Order: sequence, then C-alpha cells, then structure tokens
Amino acid sequence: MSLELTPQDAPILDPKLRAKDITDSVLRPMGIWPGLPWYVCFGLAQIALALFGVAVAIQFLVGIGIMAISNPVGWGVYIVNFVFWVGIGHAGTLISAILFIFRQKWRTAINRSAEAMTIFAVMTAGAYPLVHVGRSWVGFWLIPYPAERQLWVNFRSPLLWDVFAVTTYLTVSLLFWYQGLIPDWATARDRAKNKVQKMIYSLLSFGWTGSARDWNHYERGYAQFAWIAAPLVLSVHSIVSFDFAVSLIPGWHTTFFPPYFVAGAVFSGFAMVVTLLVIMRKIFQIEHLITIRHLDQMNKIILLTGMLVSYAYIVEFFVAWYSGHQYEQYAFYNRAFGPYGWAFWIMFFCNGVVPHAFWSKRVRTSIPAMFIISILVNIGMWFERFNICMSLHRDFLPANWGIYVMTPYDWMITAGGFGLFFTLFLQFVRVAPTIAIAEIKTTLENPTGFHGKHGHAHGNSHAAQGAH
Amino acid sequence: MARIEYPAIVAYFRDDHLLMDVAEGTRERFRKTNLDAYTPYPVHGLEHALGLKRSWIADAVRVILVTGWGLGLYFQYWTSAVDWATNIGGKPFFSWPAFVPVTFEAGVLMAGISNLILVLATCRLFPRPKTLVLDPELTDNKFALVVPIGRNEDESKIAEYLVEKGAQDLVVVEGADHEAGEYQLRPVAMPLMKGGAAHGFAHAH
Repeated sequence: MSLELTPQDAPILDPKLRAKDITDSVLRPMGIWPGLPWYVCFGLAQIALALFGVAVAIQFLVGIGIMAISNPVGWGVYIVNFVFWVGIGHAGTLISAILFIFRQKWRTAINRSAEAMTIFAVMTAGAYPLVHVGRSWVGFWLIPYPAERQLWVNFRSPLLWDVFAVTTYLTVSLLFWYQGLIPDWATARDRAKNKVQKMIYSLLSFGWTGSARDWNHYERGYAQFAWIAAPLVLSVHSIVSFDFAVSLIPGWHTTFFPPYFVAGAVFSGFAMVVTLLVIMRKIFQIEHLITIRHLDQMNKIILLTGMLVSYAYIVEFFVAWYSGHQYEQYAFYNRAFGPYGWAFWIMFFCNGVVPHAFWSKRVRTSIPAMFIISILVNIGMWFERFNICMSLHRDFLPANWGIYVMTPYDWMITAGGFGLFFTLFLQFVRVAPTIAIAEIKTTLENPTGFHGKHGHAHGNSHAAQGAH
Repeated sequence: MARIEYPAIVAYFRDDHLLMDVAEGTRERFRKTNLDAYTPYPVHGLEHALGLKRSWIADAVRVILVTGWGLGLYFQYWTSAVDWATNIGGKPFFSWPAFVPVTFEAGVLMAGISNLILVLATCRLFPRPKTLVLDPELTDNKFALVVPIGRNEDESKIAEYLVEKGAQDLVVVEGADHEAGEYQLRPVAMPLMKGGAAHGFAHAH
C-alpha cells in the first residue's frame, strides 16, 4: 500500500493558512473589476431575465391563457419551477443552520455562498406563484390584513400555508445571512482604500468593531438563529409538499411526501451548490479555502440524499400496488409508461442512477465529474417536479385527459428563473465577501502563527489554557 | 459597538491565546469587571477570561418564539371562528390541525426578526457612515485588550503588567472625536520605560 497522501487524507484547510491570508483572498475580488467570464455569464443571465420579463408582460396583457396550463393540467411550469427553486434553496440553510448545530466546521468555507444561493433561489421561486395567480397586482390579498373586503384568508388552505412558509423562510434566511455578514463588512470597511467604499462598508457593517462584549451577544444570537432556522428548513419543503399531499389527486395524496420532498430539496440544493462553487472557487482563486475536501463532503451528502429520493420513488410504486387502489395504481403505471414516461426515466436515471458514481473516491474528488453529475442531478430534480405536476394530465375521468404542450412562453418563463437567479448570484459574488471571513478564521489550526510557541512561557497560564 | 470607558489602556496582541491569558490575569490582578477586548473573530473562552455573563439573547428569543406560536394560533382562531366564521367543507370553525403550519411559521418569523433586532440593539449596532476604529487590523489579524483606568489608579502599574505579559504595543484612549470618527490617543505614562520605549517594543516572539 502506498503511503501517498490522497486528497481525502489531507486536512480540510491547509494548517499553514493564517487569518491574514483569509482576509486577503476573500476581499481581493471585491476591489477589482471582474474578468471576461463574469461578463459573459452576466450577459446570458440578463438575456434570460429579459425573457422572463417579456413572458410575464405578455401574460399580464393577454391573460394566463397564453401559457400551456389548462384543464386538466392546471399546475404547469409555474409550479414545477416554484418547487424546483424552493428545493434549491434548501441547501443553504441546511449548511448554515443544521451543520452549525452539528458543529461541522467545514461548513464555514461554503455557508456564505450557499446562504446567498438560498435567498436568491427562494426569491426566484416566489416569483412563480405570484405570476401564476394571474392578477399578480392583487397578490397582497394573500396576506391577512383587515381589508375593505371584510374577509380573512382561508387558513385551512395549503396554498396559504405556502405563502407563510416561503415568506418566513426568505425573511429568516435573509436576516441570518446578514447577521453573518456584519463582521465581514467591518473587515472590508477597515481595509477599504477610498472614502466612498469606506462609508458604504461602514453603513453595511452597522458599526461593528469586534468588541468581545458584542461577540458574546452575537455568538449566542447566531446560535439561537441556527436553532430557529433548522426546523424551518424542514418545515418549508414539508409545507410545499402539503400543496400536493393535502389534495385528493392520485399520486399526490401520500403521507410520505414531506420527508421525500425534504430529501429531494437537500439533494438538488447541494447539487446546485457544487455546480456554483466549482466555478466560483476557480474564478475567484479561492481553491485553498473551498478545497476538494469540502466538495467531497458535499458529494457524500448528494449520494446519501440521492439514495433517499430513489427509495422514495420505489416506495411510491410499491404503495400504489399495495394499496389496491385503482386510480393510484394507474397514476404510477402511467407515470412510468404513459406519455410522460420519458420524463420519468430521465428523472430516474439522473437522480437514482447517476449519483451512485459518488461511491468512488476518484469521482467524488474529480472536478469535471462532479460538475457533470451536479448538473445532471439538477436536470433530474427539475423532471421530478415535472413528473409530479404532470400526474394531473390523466385524472379520474378519461374524457378530461389531455397533454401538456409547452408553449414558447412556458420555455421563456422557465429560462427566466435561471436568469433571475444568476443575475442576483453574480452580483453577490462581485460585491460581498463570498466566504464567512470571521467564521472560517475560527476553524484555522493556527490563525495567528503563534499557537504552540508560547503557553508554558507564561507563568500565569491557568490550567484551562495548558493545552496550548 | 461597545463603548470604551475612558481613559483606558489598549494593549495590542498578535495572538488570541496570549490575549486570553493576559485578559484573565489582568482581571484577577487589578480586580477589573469592565474589561473589553477586540478580536477579528470570536475567540472561544474569551468571555470567561473577561468575566462576561452569558448573553441573555437566546433566552429572550425562545420566549418570543413561544409567544409567536400562541399569537399565531390565536389569530387564526379569531379570524376563522370569531370575526368572520366561514363554513369551509363542513369543517369545525376552529379546526386546529389545519392551523399548525401557519402557527409554526408565525412563531419562527417573530423569533427570527426579534433575534437580529435584539443582537443589533444590545450591541448598539446601527448603520453609521463613520465607525470609530482603534486599529484597522483589529478586524483582520490583531487583538486588543481594553483596560479602563480607575479614578485613582496608577496606569503605569497596569501598563507594566501588560508589557511583562507580552503586549506588543500600548496606548491610552482619552476619548473620542465622533465628528472626525477618531479616538483621542496618547502614549502611556511609564516612568520605567522612558525614551519612547513604551511604544513599539518587541514581544518575545
């Protein structure tokens, strides 16, 4: 056996990294103009976003009939994309909150960008139902407030639960993210060269100075935030799944939808994080901070959650058969072998087969391999939601059966989601610290370069400090 | 942004462990209850070394969380069963199982918003165009211990102790000029180390 160090055996961060290196490498991209790749990506995102705007504008002018949704498929690309993007959003809070609670220190390199991804994905997701309601300009009727209509919203409706879940999730993720950013804005402020930058960062940093008295409250607040956000992650996609599960449609009316949806959300979210980070670490030269070990860990989570969703796919078929329920059985037979069978098999291949490549260490640590797999997983997860929504196309009465034919507007609005998401994300990586500077410093083995050198030299070192 | 009690000696360190040792030593030796420190990242255990109490924020947030749940549930009961009771699918007016998701989210939303507000208010953080900063490196890789000087206290004694324990640099903060966004600083009066020795002497490292 060779004693060569493989990437798996290497420490997650180089022990020679110092606090100063972190500050320098994270803040460097904030002070310079981005290179050509950024402009190309941003240009493409702008084009896609424009498609979204045009489709929505035409829909507002002409009416929702321009889209492919009709009877019986009343939930078309809007809901497919909504669930897809909410799902993407789940990795960020999982990384920032749940891994925080489990003291997974490696999260500090990726939590900032994953949380940003969460916020932008949830914003993108929120745009779809808002357009889907048709008269989006009265979308605020979903908020319970004493109105001249004298009616309250129906709190028994899963669609209203969704409104609460998604807005709460967006708000709490945004605040949690911002709290994490405060000390990093202060670092940027104290290193800013020109006056305008200094003032902007000073405003953004809320006057943070790093006082130990402030850190004391800050840290307790941050930990408590994590404890609030952790069940929130689980609740949001559970509630999204209730949109389906609380109805009586065959293939939707299933008690195990919440865990199935949450696993799928984490699965797709991590895939998106891997896709984005592989590019980001390269472009911004932070490969020493987001190491191959970080990507390896995320790929393991993709493997685990991929198996959970495959299990869910199989159990759905088993339960349909075991239920002895004619409509339920037909819904699943039709899903795999009906007109949309191709979509089912794309999904099954991408989510159920492809992630198993991650059993191999070589695949888990190969950048091109993980990039391709993460994209395939994203495609697979889009088709999962497509499959679920397309269950509607053959309902109880064969006279109602129909086929959902995507119109150009459907495609525009689908591409537009990517446009909106990437417009926001690309701006974030330009202007904000993409790695939690203060947090990652606490995970360095020797942030100051002095650890281990003294300790015994100081006479009054008390027992608790003796370990150093 | 925690306020400094003027006048105070600020001792700079290059290492967090050393800072922690000296903070603890200073607190015990000079019986200080009002020490503060500046660190670029949270230093685990420093709050004990400085003798800080455990922050109450988490407890407050938990109370708000439970209150939010109560209010969320009550609001749904009031709108669905009292203010405008509507028969929906023959369900009871107060069909509480259907109210669980919104109840949960209402509590989390209230707790989440209050969490950040409490942290900001407790630390007196709000957007300001100029921030009083002792040293720009304190948010990068430098550490400072702030020792307020008592009314009749001999600052040179504290200074000597800090130097002996390994402080890299000392300075006294007399006050702050908020207009200019600067602290008013002066060198430490140290009879034993005249001739500028109190400034910039090298630590053993």
